[in-house]
Amino acid sequence: MGLRRGHRARPGEWIIEKLIQAVGLSTIGLMVLILVFVGREALPVLMGRINTALVQPILPSKEIDSIPRDDLRSYLELSRSQFEGMDREMLMAMMEAREEGFRDIPESFRADPDSTVNTADWRQLLLPRQWTGYTRPEFVWQPVGTIHKYNLVPLLVGSLKVTLVGLLFAVPLSLGAALYVSQLAPVRVREWVKPTIELLAGIPSVVLGVFCLLVLSGLLQSLFGYQFRLNALVAGIGLGLTAVPLIFTIAEDSFTGVPRGYVQASLALGASPWQAAWQVVLPSAMPGVVAAMILGFGRCLGETMVVLMASGNASMLSWSLFDSTRSMTATIAAEMAEAVSGGGHYRMLFLLGTLLFAISFVTHLIGGRIVRRLRRRLGGVA
Amino acid sequence: MRPIGESRRLGRWGGPAGIVGLILTGLATLVLLAFLVALLTTVLSKGMPAFSWRFVSTIPRKDFFDVDSAAILPMVVGTSLRVLIMTVFVMPFGVITAVYLTEYADPASPFTRGIRAAIGNIAGVPSIVFGLFGLGFFVNFLGRGLDGLTGSGVPVFGRPSLLWASLTLAVMTLPVVIVATEESLRSIPSGLREASLALGATKLETVWTIVLPQALPGILTGGILAVGRAAGEVAPILFTGAAYYTAELPGRLTDQFMDLGYHVYVLATQSPNVDQTAPILYATALALLVLTLALNAGAILLRSRMRRNLREAV
Repeated sequence: MGLRRGHRARPGEWIIEKLIQAVGLSTIGLMVLILVFVGREALPVLMGRINTALVQPILPSKEIDSIPRDDLRSYLELSRSQFEGMDREMLMAMMEAREEGFRDIPESFRADPDSTVNTADWRQLLLPRQWTGYTRPEFVWQPVGTIHKYNLVPLLVGSLKVTLVGLLFAVPLSLGAALYVSQLAPVRVREWVKPTIELLAGIPSVVLGVFCLLVLSGLLQSLFGYQFRLNALVAGIGLGLTAVPLIFTIAEDSFTGVPRGYVQASLALGASPWQAAWQVVLPSAMPGVVAAMILGFGRCLGETMVVLMASGNASMLSWSLFDSTRSMTATIAAEMAEAVSGGGHYRMLFLLGTLLFAISFVTHLIGGRIVRRLRRRLGGVA
Repeated sequence: MRPIGESRRLGRWGGPAGIVGLILTGLATLVLLAFLVALLTTVLSKGMPAFSWRFVSTIPRKDFFDVDSAAILPMVVGTSLRVLIMTVFVMPFGVITAVYLTEYADPASPFTRGIRAAIGNIAGVPSIVFGLFGLGFFVNFLGRGLDGLTGSGVPVFGRPSLLWASLTLAVMTLPVVIVATEESLRSIPSGLREASLALGATKLETVWTIVLPQALPGILTGGILAVGRAAGEVAPILFTGAAYYTAELPGRLTDQFMDLGYHVYVLATQSPNVDQTAPILYATALALLVLTLALNAGAILLRSRMRRNLREAV
């Protein structure tokens, strides 16, 4: 391949071509940037370097000279340069202020065993705890009030619950419709049904949220007669609707991509169109179907506005479909405004974001690989 | 031995199983279409009564829940501005990346595979995570850094604004632009490139004068799709620029803005009386829906025309 086609680039062009390359490569940098800047805020939590206990241990200011300097610095939450810039008087004043603050906390709070618990510790994030006033150990996400409780389990369960409902709704309908449109429908029907279903992708999720909140919720409640108007079922169906265009398009592409000869051969052997679709097309398009489901899962888990509006947003741990539910995405959207920048709650919301990022990364890695293999097999038809 | 013509006698659809299958899949299609129709007709029928020229073209008073004086001009302006500014950033970046991928990059190189993986992953990142990224990177890191450099005491850049919201959306829609542009670049017959090179043009000249003009409809499609996607997104701008209420239209890049989608959310969830304010909620949703659907329909039309031209040309 030593042959050079066209003229050699001029010096100015060489620079431009290098710039083009730099822009192309910077996409990777962008990806890293997203990970770094979402993960950065969550890092102190992951490293266990954050203490959100209401009552922190106190170092008496009289002993200032016997405390190692590094311990003193971290106790006063100072950066290295801030610490260097301070003399003994100022440090002393800060320690006294801390003691003052400790004395200001009412005795009843100090006596509460919960008040010395670091709620950002991984045990409090993942394991149940019997908080004061509770009758048994429970998973609690409650970032407001005196003790900020950050248990992630209710949110994880909430996200999974609405996602599963969404998939249970979207997968059968999308696959059925894709099979019908690609294999069984007359050409005329196919030509307008496909773009119409794909139109769903153009509907903003906040409008879908309004539809679920005001129309679907009342309809479903009168149908099933459950207690909470907004719950996992309503949110799940809304989520399903956002995932339909994605699942439908990938599935339809992979059904259409099955070589025409397979279908013709089975028809020639006496199979009916349905038998050809069900026993030949569906099995050979299985990788595409699986990819559609995996990517649909990622889409449902990451959707925010529909869940925020239609799920009721109560952060209790329950597997019931008819209970009000709060997902990870909705929690971030609803609580970021009240979280203090750099505080424990703020970092906890970024931890949720990091988790969502990691999940989308993995689902995409698996789903994307299958779709790419499929595309290669189709030779660019899809 | 089954006699020849067995499948004929079972009927065209192959007996009960075939008929049940046909009905079930057809029903699935119908259910999806029914949901779509229900959604569109609900928004249309409930939104039309409150929808008027006055509604779209006036600035509302502070109490935007008041049904008689409600209007959405600031939200229309805010949403338009943020997608416009986003386009300015995302189009050059996306098109150049696509040009690099199709015209220059070695498809087998690990860098190229890395770029493709990165684009795919960005496309899959949940929109709320982009909101967090925009807050952590643009507002807190870049913004506060800029404020530190200019030495202003009050935060100018270090708070949510039109600029940061637009940039966040630009990052989010980058894959849309890249994928659409790549598709259109690939569809250009390689003979055109060969001919240009054979006539003595350099590679860059070929890309600039032959390839890009041919790919213009596809690039435009990508831009419209990106705008359509971004116009309806609320989650990424929640913490990066959207405001519950601003008295004036945004005049500078560092201003906060009111947004159509966010306003729909506010009307739906924070109204003092949902039943009473429902007409303006639906009218606002209708405005947003018309905007995004028109953009998507435009992109689809443009793309189908492009594909037809291509088929005729080949």
